[in-house]
Amino acid sequence: MNDTLRLIYNGRAIACADIPCCDQDRFLQTILAMTGRGWRVSSYCGFPAGETTTLYCLLASPADGVLGIMQTVCSGTEFPSLAVQCPQLQLFEREIAEQCGIRFIGHPWFKPVRFVRSAVGRQDAWGRPDDQPIQVGVMDYYRVEGEEIHEVAVGPVHAGVIEPGHFRFQCHGEQVFHLEISLGYQHRGIEQLLMGGPHPQTLRQMEAIAGDTSIGHGQAYCMVVESLSKTRPPAAAEALRGVALELERLANHTGDLGAIAGDVGYLPTASFCGRIRGDFLNMSAFICGSRFGRGLLKPGGTVFGLDQAQREELQNRLATGRAELTSAIELLWNTPSVMSRLEGTGAVSAESALEMGLVGPAARACSLKRDVRSDYPFGIYRMAQVPIATAHHGDVCSRSMVRWEECQKSLDFCVEQLRQLPSGSHAVEPKPLLGDHLTVALTEGWRGEICHLAITGPDGRFKQYKICDPSFHNWQGLAMALRNEQISDFPLCNKSFNLSYCGFDL
Amino acid sequence: MMMSILFHILLLLLMPPLLLGVINKTKAAFAGRLGAPYFQPYYDLAKLFRKGSVFSSTTTWIFRAGPVVTLAATLVAALLVPLGNHPAIISFNGDMILFAYLFGLARFFTTSAALDTGSPFEGMGAAREVTFACLVEPTLFFILITLARMSKSLSLTPMLIYPSPAVWQDAGAAMLLLVGALFVALLAENCRIPFDDPNTHLELTMIHEVMVLDHSGPAFGLILYGAALKLFVLGAVFVNLALPFKSGNLLIDWIAFVAAMLLLAVLIGVVESVMARLRLIRIPQLLVAATILSAFAMLLIVR
Repeated sequence: MNDTLRLIYNGRAIACADIPCCDQDRFLQTILAMTGRGWRVSSYCGFPAGETTTLYCLLASPADGVLGIMQTVCSGTEFPSLAVQCPQLQLFEREIAEQCGIRFIGHPWFKPVRFVRSAVGRQDAWGRPDDQPIQVGVMDYYRVEGEEIHEVAVGPVHAGVIEPGHFRFQCHGEQVFHLEISLGYQHRGIEQLLMGGPHPQTLRQMEAIAGDTSIGHGQAYCMVVESLSKTRPPAAAEALRGVALELERLANHTGDLGAIAGDVGYLPTASFCGRIRGDFLNMSAFICGSRFGRGLLKPGGTVFGLDQAQREELQNRLATGRAELTSAIELLWNTPSVMSRLEGTGAVSAESALEMGLVGPAARACSLKRDVRSDYPFGIYRMAQVPIATAHHGDVCSRSMVRWEECQKSLDFCVEQLRQLPSGSHAVEPKPLLGDHLTVALTEGWRGEICHLAITGPDGRFKQYKICDPSFHNWQGLAMALRNEQISDFPLCNKSFNLSYCGFDL
Repeated sequence: MMMSILFHILLLLLMPPLLLGVINKTKAAFAGRLGAPYFQPYYDLAKLFRKGSVFSSTTTWIFRAGPVVTLAATLVAALLVPLGNHPAIISFNGDMILFAYLFGLARFFTTSAALDTGSPFEGMGAAREVTFACLVEPTLFFILITLARMSKSLSLTPMLIYPSPAVWQDAGAAMLLLVGALFVALLAENCRIPFDDPNTHLELTMIHEVMVLDHSGPAFGLILYGAALKLFVLGAVFVNLALPFKSGNLLIDWIAFVAAMLLLAVLIGVVESVMARLRLIRIPQLLVAATILSAFAMLLIVR
């Protein structure tokens, strides 16, 4: 196995030459063998070079904190699909097909992921003519036939102020047989923008991959640059980054718990959480001037530091936030009508979660212990542990419970870090990037695992860059959560996942 | 007397939106907010009536007739109901049947207009509306039959003015069951929490709101006003049953009625604040429970 899979650690760079290049069969067999042993596919991507395509697969070990990477070369326009044996690959394979023009043979539902053409001008995997633009929103959808079946299409224009996405329900009365989610309306070509980078604007673009996960993606990018340049950010910066990441988690979890309460029509918690979310956002603004933590991070450290008075002010605000949030959320658990609405709604079994490779709170709600902060610790989490919160039923109630427990753990963590924030400088100047190296940076954003994989060319500029937002893993989880549920429960299930559209569309 | 009738009509026409304002203010207070002004629903209506309309080219005259017929039916029903101790404007033997079927007519046109758009959401909303209506109507009929039996009359005015403190003393159990069943029916018919959430705009979960998604401008204003009027009418029935205060003095009776209606609005606001919506699949259970309550009330009276 070791001659196929190169073991690496989160946030460490390795020379590209050190990654063994194995043949197709070996590559595919290793994926099946390792996922069979409980490893997870963290990223699977293809980079076209001339007539051939190099495929990389990043696997994450369940136990000992290591990651494994391997590569193979696909020289034709066809490649065997493993989606049937290993369902967590299905979306990755479709993405590779779209980006590299490779047809995956045996894929059960082979269709494009977004509405874009292969960036390298290869022949389209679906044989769509080159001279016609790809029609946005036009694609085949799974259909259930029958006289009593009706189809409901929602979006891409939304009633709320959220992002565009299209949802197709196959319903029998109020019961949902199947939900198909079609995204790609927000594609901005972020990965293409990164070619030849880092550019002066790259960090700003990274913070905007998913606007509510600025710190999560920003930190992953900083880790990429730091590992490729062998730069070590000072301890004060690592701690502050941790605080910022947890504040982001707190703000989003609070907002979502409020929105879940709003969706079941429970007003008090909805209103309180809406305001308390603002308080947490303002704490981020207090640190760096942006409510979403934009402009706090930079490769090599942070732009801002915290003095004694600011730390005390933040600690006071956190104490108030904790008290108010606790009373608002406790209301939920103590109201029988709310609990009866949340319990048993939109359940995902642990087996399906494992098969689909869910990450983040959605996976932890299905009793899977997955958390980058403790599995593949990075930054401050190497020194300070955050306990993993899990629940067991995989329903909306479990996802809400997990979020609330994570809020509490994050509050503990922030208070602890602010009390003992290391002194000293908060940034160093990063050195130039190493050439011909590959690095992997995983962070735990509030939605789950964020994976950035970068390869530099000989000149130390990015040759390839692959971003995997947690939403990429989890959208399928939402579709499965709706199976045989009531269609009227969709908004509630959707909110309990609250996945990113633009993080998926890139 | 003439003054009283004039006041009766004015109250009937002008007060309904205020109830919504009071409900929203109560909910805001529970949520720790200041809330919209009491008269916000009037401002909203004024805004809607100034707007233009957009009609889908797939719709027919049914779509345009929906809001008008619905409001007209509700207005006629409103004239049949006594307000507090004041007899209805129109009253005749058997008007309770007309009263019940006017709501049926209103519902028929609302759902037909929804189906006319051909939108899957509106179809779903219409299906939900008629399903739940099937379960609310028996409750209303049991209540009316029980009252008819108690008051030995088939006209709404004597039926609804009949309950008095003395009646409550004699048949307290039956009255309590009636009031409970009527309150559930009131919330269900007016699409309030726990049956429907008038505040959400999530097309997949709504019942009433989803049926009127395609209406705009004045037509939508008519729908909102009609909904407020329906709340007022059923609220007046409820108040007559639950708070049978009668002084005999015109002015005091009017004040008592208005105060009771506002109190009812606060009560609805409190219910909406302290509980979540029911899962859609559980709604029939609660409605059937209300029917059983009203059936027991009838049994107690008839035995």
